[in-house]
Amino acid sequence: MSEFAFWMVAALTIISAGLVVFSGQLIYSAVALLFTLLGVAGLYVFLWADFMAGVQVMVYIGGILVLIVFGIMLTHKIVSVKISQTNVQRRIGGFAAGLFLVILISAMGSASWFMEVTPEPVETVRTIGILLMTKYLLPFEAASLLLLGALIGAAMLSRKEN
Amino acid sequence: MDQLTNYLFISAILFSLGLFGVMTRRNGIAVLMGVELILNAANINFVAFSRFGGMDLSGHIFSLFVIVLAAAEAAVALAIIITIYNSMQTVNIDDASSMKQ
Repeated sequence: MSEFAFWMVAALTIISAGLVVFSGQLIYSAVALLFTLLGVAGLYVFLWADFMAGVQVMVYIGGILVLIVFGIMLTHKIVSVKISQTNVQRRIGGFAAGLFLVILISAMGSASWFMEVTPEPVETVRTIGILLMTKYLLPFEAASLLLLGALIGAAMLSRKEN
Repeated sequence: MDQLTNYLFISAILFSLGLFGVMTRRNGIAVLMGVELILNAANINFVAFSRFGGMDLSGHIFSLFVIVLAAAEAAVALAIIITIYNSMQTVNIDDASSMKQ
């Protein structure tokens, strides 16, 4: 049963990711991206990363995806329902991406990975919090500074010049 | 679902789809969506290695930082795209290749 659920989530992720890159309308791509991000959150649950699944839903779906939909609305005449888009150089792009995929999968399939299934962590949030406040304190602070700078920069860039 | 390679294959497919989107899309926002797919593929790998590698939860922290960077990147990229749209009336990244308007 759980195996079946895993493959359903994997199929949801990959099929909707295909829709994101092949769909002819930008707004359909954005909706397909929603299901891809949900599928990735589901994969996190299978990987015992419950906190990461929550962060994925809140930051990606609640933040970045909403930002992307705002971007679509601000850069197109939303009155015209059809916001079409095309793929150019499909053949050479598909060839390059397909070749990359074949190389990646053959390398991953043939490698002998060090596999040691750790016991399921009892409390991931507590462990992540302790790691963030001890071992990864400096990157944590640097990330907060970067986020502040990026947001101020974005607001500066997109304001109206008078 | 208890195989590391399953997750690696899913993330490889996601990465290749994102790469295809970045290479072939000409709408700036669609290119941004391809970049998000690539970042998600990397995140799946981090968390998968964290579970199967026999280490502590450092992989979760790494993908947390990737999510923070993705949020910053999306905000700045959309601001740039909106600025380009306001000055050139297009979001096609091939048309927006001149250095001055």
